[in-house]
Amino acid sequence: MNEETREFTSDLAIIGSGIAGFAAAIFAAGRKIDTAQVGNTGAIAYTTGYLDLLGSLEASPAAIDKPWDGLEQLKKSQPAHPLCKIPAADIKEAFSQFTAFLGNCGIGYTALQETNITALTPAGTLKKTLCVPATMASGPKAFADKVPCVIIDFTGLKGFSARQVVANLRDKWPGLSSARITFPEMDRGEIYPEVMARALEVPATRQRLAVLLRQAAGGAKCIGLPALLGMHRPDLVRAELETLTGLQIFEIPTMPPSVPGIRLREMFEQVLPQRGITLIPQQKVLSVLFDTDGALLRLRDNYGPIAIRSRAVILATGRFLSGGLLAHPDGITEALLELPVTQPGCRTDWYRNGYTDRRGHAIHKAGIEVDETFRPLAKDGQVYNDGLFAAGIILAHQDWIRSRSGAGIAIATAYKTVQAVEKLLQTTRQETTGKGDSHA
Amino acid sequence: MKPSIIDQRSQTDVLILETDVLIIGGGVTGAGIMRDLALRGLNSILIDKRDLCAGASGGNHGLLHSGARYVATDPHSAIECRVENSLLKRLAPQCIEETGGLFVAVEGDDAGFAAKFPALCARAGIDCREISPAEARRLEPQLSEKLYKAYLVPDATVDPFRLALENVAHARMLTTSSYRPHTELTDFHMEGDRIIAANCRDGRSKKLLRIQAKQYVNAGGAWAMNIARLAGCTDVNLLYSKGTLLISHDRLTRHVINRLRPPADGDILVPGGTVSVLGTTSVRTDDLDNARPTVAEIDHNLLEGVAMVPALATARYIRAFSRVRPLLQPTDSKDGREATRGFALLDHTNQGLTNFCTITGGKLTTFRLMAEKTSDLVARRLGNSVACKTTQVPLLDGMACRWTEPGAAPRFWYHANNADDMILCECEMVPQSAIDEIVKCAPGAEEEMTLEAIALRSRAGKGPCQGSFCGIRIASYLYDRGYYHDKTGLLHMRDFFNERFKGMRTVIWGRQAAQMELAEALHCGLLGLDNLDND
Repeated sequence: MNEETREFTSDLAIIGSGIAGFAAAIFAAGRKIDTAQVGNTGAIAYTTGYLDLLGSLEASPAAIDKPWDGLEQLKKSQPAHPLCKIPAADIKEAFSQFTAFLGNCGIGYTALQETNITALTPAGTLKKTLCVPATMASGPKAFADKVPCVIIDFTGLKGFSARQVVANLRDKWPGLSSARITFPEMDRGEIYPEVMARALEVPATRQRLAVLLRQAAGGAKCIGLPALLGMHRPDLVRAELETLTGLQIFEIPTMPPSVPGIRLREMFEQVLPQRGITLIPQQKVLSVLFDTDGALLRLRDNYGPIAIRSRAVILATGRFLSGGLLAHPDGITEALLELPVTQPGCRTDWYRNGYTDRRGHAIHKAGIEVDETFRPLAKDGQVYNDGLFAAGIILAHQDWIRSRSGAGIAIATAYKTVQAVEKLLQTTRQETTGKGDSHA
Repeated sequence: MKPSIIDQRSQTDVLILETDVLIIGGGVTGAGIMRDLALRGLNSILIDKRDLCAGASGGNHGLLHSGARYVATDPHSAIECRVENSLLKRLAPQCIEETGGLFVAVEGDDAGFAAKFPALCARAGIDCREISPAEARRLEPQLSEKLYKAYLVPDATVDPFRLALENVAHARMLTTSSYRPHTELTDFHMEGDRIIAANCRDGRSKKLLRIQAKQYVNAGGAWAMNIARLAGCTDVNLLYSKGTLLISHDRLTRHVINRLRPPADGDILVPGGTVSVLGTTSVRTDDLDNARPTVAEIDHNLLEGVAMVPALATARYIRAFSRVRPLLQPTDSKDGREATRGFALLDHTNQGLTNFCTITGGKLTTFRLMAEKTSDLVARRLGNSVACKTTQVPLLDGMACRWTEPGAAPRFWYHANNADDMILCECEMVPQSAIDEIVKCAPGAEEEMTLEAIALRSRAGKGPCQGSFCGIRIASYLYDRGYYHDKTGLLHMRDFFNERFKGMRTVIWGRQAAQMELAEALHCGLLGLDNLDND
């Protein structure tokens, strides 16, 4: 069969559909940049919904309460860290724009603050993060105020134990207790958060659940649930359950892939095309070639080959999990353009002996090098191409896991790359216009 | 230890236990002795400072030798293996998969050795049938095209964990014998030519206990020399050899594949359920307790293994492990491989003791014979004239042990057809009921259950995710059931992940790197297990 290649042209092509890729698409849409977004849906389904900026500093046992002060310290201890290349004002603007966009699309977030939020985890541990979904916001607040509270789990839902949350938090939160209920019409076998969340989009399910929640709450005024309060309108689902029960309700993230991650993915996939983005999700880009006019991306979907011509490209392909970086027995490579990867000398040095070693592992600092405008460097140390930029955790010199800074790096670098792309496009346009004038 | 402390111990806070025989070391040999004695009507206590098969018994290919591997270097061991191989296939079939074995020579391997191999096998009474290279590659499509000689032998695979668990379970059923994990011998109380008691410490509760037996058996494997020295015996001389093996994500062959050449590195590929195990390297070591794989050992195994099975070059690996093997009788050999694989039973009478013996050396395949010889000595010393029954009585097929068998869990779960019995380990399909059963039945269940102890008694954590997800689910379930009730459960979870990581560290590339990144993001980034001590 002779397959016809579908061709698209855009000013910007974003490769990658994780937080960095979607953030870049949002910022580009905000700046009216003609954008195509392609690439595997990265690890977004694995996110908890928490947006970390900086939760801890390398080798320091203390969690960070003041992330903006923490960034100043980071500049001294790790000047090569991507976040150290971005002014705090830009990071704040990036977070504000990103969370405002999510809020407008039905997934509200807490406002940006000077301090980190002490958020809850499904193991009953605590985690420092900058912004949390509105559905989770009253949990940290109830914890801070030690409000009497019941954590509720469900028969048949594995991996989330209210007793576990309570067992590990009770010392710090005396009024905390647990209860188990049976989800309406899911009283047999294993049940899944995604299915429960979709069921709660239906008003009748919410009414029946509200009755059960009120009974389980006993005298408490506040209840915590695993994150499954609706898929597309979580804020509405939670608000209605609060009205029906007269209780304060919050979500706690569950094990990935979790509802908050799926919410974000589905929302992006629905909303971004409406904002003019050409979105081709779930497909891996096969090749990228640069010539004097920009880049040519090749990929294919179920309908056949696709070619995208674009003036600028943002590479937001993530690390090993999302396929941006590849680990081989003899070294680490970048998957798409064979960009040089800064990495430890040999495989022996990738990991320390102790897995949970607080100091982290050298492999996480591996990544690609960029100049001050986030343009990747080629083997000769020069910019690979004027039109190529990189955002997110593919960048070298950061350990997003240990420093709890994954979303921060993704959102802030996406913001900076889009800023740089806009500048590049303006320059190109002026040049083109200039040329046109001279011919006239 | 100061005498005053010993005096204190004989007071009330020391648990005192009495038995006929104390067996020190919970490898397959110790477990085999426990059952052999029980079949003769003798009670015993089996202790291990860690848990069953924590040493070389659990750290090997799981190969039930036909004996063919030793025909050139150690004909005596070859014959022992041949006899035990057919006995175990008959008496413990539930622990064995009759895979058959292939010895293959590839271009560059010594043609002279390949030519005399059938005669050497014949001399040891081992079935050996030559097949054409084309036939071999039809049986095993992954074999190298450079193969020029192939022989079929009756190799098989054995699950050492299940073997040990079933031996212990059978002994407990027949007698009042008991097994105590995490029980470390600290010293012997001796009087004249006899050991009066063994002083031990529970590694978890730190409680002291004193075990008073009539006979004491040292089945400490690689640790046997240290244990013998506690009794003042200097006649146990061991060499230590560290072996490193790696486990692939998929099963690459149906048969055991041996390289047709004198034993060397990376020359055996053994299937086990849904995976394959490649090994092994062999280097002398003096460090008994901290054997870890190195990147160089892994790469060397791969280089050698690829000559037999080229697909090993691109296979996904989920784990590597090292264990220390005890080898008897020093030789001038540098790597320890030529030291004898035979075993030795020392009665220590020349050391002035009449109720202590040491069994060491040997191999997984000959564990039953080692147990028989040891139990013969112990029974004779106790005036028990019942003959060994382990050559006739089949090993019980105990329900508590069934969860170690690869592929068994999904079968039982499907059979039970109980939708409320949720799968906790999704890679290996281990359901809640398996965890319940293990907690209930496993020896040591009265103490708080660690995730490592559960992993030892099931396939949990053995699949591609190496426990990174099921560790969380099982911990969560144990909290749910009230077995865990405070932060200790989180510490167990962290320790379990750290333990599993030891085996993953050297084989993290390809898809395992993605798996690892997700696991660490979850364990450390979200749950903060890297920061529990500062919480």
